[in-house]
Amino acid sequence: MSTTQQPPRADSRTPAEQQATAKRPAAVRYSTWAFEFYRSALGKKYVMAITGVIGMAYIFGHMIGNLKIFISPESIDAYGEWLRESLLYPILPHQVALWGIRLVLIAALVLHVHAAYALTVINRRARPVKYQTSRDYIAADFAARTMRWTGIIVLLFIGYHLADFTWGWFNPGFERGSVYRNAVASLSNPVVALFYITANLALGVHLYHGAWSLFQSLGVSRPRFNRWRRVFATAFAVVTIGGFISVPLAVLLGIVE
Amino acid sequence: MKLTLHVWRQNSPTDAGRFESYTAADISEDMSFLEMLDQVNEQLIADGIEPIQFEHDCREGICGSCGVMIDGRAHGPQRGTATCQLHMRQYSDGDEITIEPWRAAGFPVIKDLVVDRSAFDRIIESGGYVSVPTGAAPDANLIPVPKETADRAMDAATCIGCGACVAACPNGAAQLFTAAKVSQLNMLPQGRPEKLERVANMVDTMEQFFGSCTNVRECEASCPKEISIDFIAMMNRDYLRSRFSSNGA
Repeated sequence: MSTTQQPPRADSRTPAEQQATAKRPAAVRYSTWAFEFYRSALGKKYVMAITGVIGMAYIFGHMIGNLKIFISPESIDAYGEWLRESLLYPILPHQVALWGIRLVLIAALVLHVHAAYALTVINRRARPVKYQTSRDYIAADFAARTMRWTGIIVLLFIGYHLADFTWGWFNPGFERGSVYRNAVASLSNPVVALFYITANLALGVHLYHGAWSLFQSLGVSRPRFNRWRRVFATAFAVVTIGGFISVPLAVLLGIVE
Repeated sequence: MKLTLHVWRQNSPTDAGRFESYTAADISEDMSFLEMLDQVNEQLIADGIEPIQFEHDCREGICGSCGVMIDGRAHGPQRGTATCQLHMRQYSDGDEITIEPWRAAGFPVIKDLVVDRSAFDRIIESGGYVSVPTGAAPDANLIPVPKETADRAMDAATCIGCGACVAACPNGAAQLFTAAKVSQLNMLPQGRPEKLERVANMVDTMEQFFGSCTNVRECEASCPKEISIDFIAMMNRDYLRSRFSSNGA
């Protein structure tokens, strides 16, 4: 019999929890419930879904704003100015809302990518020996099976897009604040325009699965209404990507110049 | 009819394994898939070759022993059917059939087509039961259960634990099995007192052995009992509650 260190009752934690807590230093052991939740794969799926919803809300607003390019150069330039300087002003000082949104988006993107990476590692380990013959998938569609690849394409695109329109590195004759001019200057190059269109199609494929999948991950399921989840995801992907692609297409076709 | 089989042969868990090809002659269309394998094994024994090891028991689609990967599909080409209920009338003369064991870290191959599915037992042990005090059996219908709820719980309870969901999942995830085993109890009044502890423990055990769900629905399409992924959403919801509640595990 060992002496005083033994707890009086049987440990109610699962073996995994016992093992996990035994290996980690004391400071980490008393982490918050949020960290504990994120440590589980299922918790990571919740984080992917919630950060996905944040991203979807953002890109939908982004797409609506882009359409102002079809009204007039002044319209979209004034809209850009308002977003940067006057959003929620005078409730908040200038640029505070802008930076608030930026920080939320950066945090969401980092978490989304980290969760995706961690889950991919888990899933690779879960099948160390692959099937030796080709799989005959019944239900897994193209979008579902290419989430990692469309995700990487979108991630690279976000980097390019910021360098193009926010930092101006790749934008010929970049003028901060001249949204219309910068858009036309960049998208007049057919290679750039085709790259934007391709990346947006990848985003659309990503959304086609993601906007449906998030309901499952968040546990939003009412059998009578579940077919509407598919309708929503398809409509969201088509409308959002249609709106985005209309801009480079219009520049390519000379409608916007 | 005459068929060519490409069967995974592996002598032991540590053996690398390889495909061997055999001819299955004089196969009747009325045979089940397993009876076809039985006949091939009779021939192999007669030829002095070690017979193909495969797991089977009830041969009526309720025990969950017999799952194998047939031409890249769990339990073969017919939907909603375990391997034992697949019949050779699905095939025609001259067909080639490839047979592989389930492949997942949680299901190590023991020999040929037989895998060790005891990881499922670990999941059940961690919460797939209702704790009841000893004593006389309670009267039937003592606890009212709405018919719709009982039906849905029974839909989950049709899971035979064959492992096709894991085998079919591109991520080797056991979400559908675990969700069925959690939900069949969590939906009913008898299972409700331990609901949150159950889901937390069973999910945590599941994650020790298996991958993570990406909602591709391959499990649902491969399940011989056609169990719905709605139960996975239900499990996700219960798991979140268990993590938020003050008395959860």
